[in-house]
Amino acid sequence: MTVALRASPSADFAALRTQAARLRGRIIEMSHAAQAAHLASSLSCADILTVAYWHVLKVDPRQPDDPLRDRFILSKGHAAAALYAVLAMKGFFPVEELDTFCQDGGRLAEHPPANLLPGVEAATGSLGHGLPLGLGMALSARIKGEPVRVFALLSDGENNEGSVWEAAMFGAAQRLENVCVVVDYNKWQATARSNETLMLAPLREKWAAFGWDAHEIDGHDVAALATAMDNVPNGSGKPVALIAHTVKGKGVSFMEDDNNWHYRAPTADEVVRAHKELGLS
Amino acid sequence: MRNAFAAELTKLGDEDPRVVMLSGDIGNRLFDKFKARHPARFFNCGVAEANMMGVAAGMAINGLRPVAYTITPFVTTRCLEQIRTDVCYHEAPVTIVAVGAGLAYSGLGPTHHACEDIAFLRAIPNMVVICPGDALEVRAALRAAMAQDAPVYIRMGKKGEPVIHAGPLEDFAIGRAITVREGSDVCLLSTGNMLPEAIEAAQRLSDTGISARVVSFHTVKPLDETCLAEAFGRFALVATIEEHSLIGGFGAAVAEWLIDHGTGADKLVRFGTPDAFFKKSGEQEFARETLGLTGVQIAARMAEALARKGTR
Repeated sequence: MTVALRASPSADFAALRTQAARLRGRIIEMSHAAQAAHLASSLSCADILTVAYWHVLKVDPRQPDDPLRDRFILSKGHAAAALYAVLAMKGFFPVEELDTFCQDGGRLAEHPPANLLPGVEAATGSLGHGLPLGLGMALSARIKGEPVRVFALLSDGENNEGSVWEAAMFGAAQRLENVCVVVDYNKWQATARSNETLMLAPLREKWAAFGWDAHEIDGHDVAALATAMDNVPNGSGKPVALIAHTVKGKGVSFMEDDNNWHYRAPTADEVVRAHKELGLS
Repeated sequence: MRNAFAAELTKLGDEDPRVVMLSGDIGNRLFDKFKARHPARFFNCGVAEANMMGVAAGMAINGLRPVAYTITPFVTTRCLEQIRTDVCYHEAPVTIVAVGAGLAYSGLGPTHHACEDIAFLRAIPNMVVICPGDALEVRAALRAAMAQDAPVYIRMGKKGEPVIHAGPLEDFAIGRAITVREGSDVCLLSTGNMLPEAIEAAQRLSDTGISARVVSFHTVKPLDETCLAEAFGRFALVATIEEHSLIGGFGAAVAEWLIDHGTGADKLVRFGTPDAFFKKSGEQEFARETLGLTGVQIAARMAEALARKGTR
């Protein structure tokens, strides 16, 4: 059964779009400063993270350990730059700390660390771990009677991992309707097209067949994302899977759908050009 | 041991609402009492151990005290990365309980043998490794593990093992070995389900006039360094006895400690399984006999070693 989505109330979508552009600009600066990889993967999920943190999630940077907060797990931990930028811009730690991304002795490693940085719910980097962790968090909330929602952002390549499908079956069996998976379906993994590596398609149908209330949406349409994520739980008794169609490197014309940017970092000149395209300069 | 585990777990579940049980689709009737009393805190996670361990870690991160349980290779090797990354890296207080350690499931073949798990798990930071010697040690170890705010691995035998201790171990402490029998010539340090064989060995040695201390060295990590220092200081020979590979197990841990902390490496005699899969069919007793791990064989080798030492 697929449940129709209700329109998201009172969202300022123009503000979200502006926020997403600012986020992209910051991620590109961080990638340049650190000469760090995974820029294109971070850009492809920028709209999803923006909608999550500026619209959907009930989180408070002043109380990062509030037991009643919603949980967001960046299961695709290689997009750490995007998560760090979001958390800093939300006030979980000083924005200036973003300058320490990948620097010796800092807290902002290339993948999110455990028990070190406020707002990071789980250490990720090895793929296929975020969803089981999230299910455990959702079950603990159920046992304790806490009205908590859990969102896990997975990459499409991550769907290669068997543990993802173990978790998919378990989440459905437990009827964990407060859990939402968002798959950042940018059609690439590290070295090849995802569907030419392990056949993911039809991905929505796979998640649906595993017992999830699965939808395909445009992962760069902030209104669609807000509506879909606001609809968790949606009364279906099933966990929700959002197959978010995205473009790797989204927002910068010379990075879009070019998988060289999985590992490449931009030059100073490319940062300027990217900022101009994003309307930031 | 597994019945003692289920009984103690039920008690702990009654006492502490944070206790949650996760099983990898085994223990058919074993947890009936726990399930009846705490239906919302029992999860059959199916034959999907990687997910089970991640779920347990997520629960522990959010303040619960989950126990993850199945047959040894499947709750260790099968999901080793989840143990390392989700449990230990997060310092999540998950208690991992394995049934059928060593060659307890000998008859089921090498897929079900567990002679490498101590090596794997003790290498992971933040992990505590406990191998109880009898049912009473299982109960005490589980209670002690659940009282810790850290990951713990408990490696049990199966069922029907003899109870060695006279009564409940009120002063059981993680990392503190228990002297089961005093002696003066040689010291037998046994870990896990080899304790009855160690006691049998001591008895045989006694029959030939050699006095052997027997220690249940239930915690492999952290090591009881006081016990080790005393044993290597006082005895002519110290044996490590385990149903685990000689590579990376208890004996290896003691050897590492000796190299780092003292002299006396020439006193160490290690009993364990060889670097080989045990492919023959047969039950645990046959496997131990074949590999030289029965009490009688341990006694004979110790007596020979002591005699050799005396001739120097």
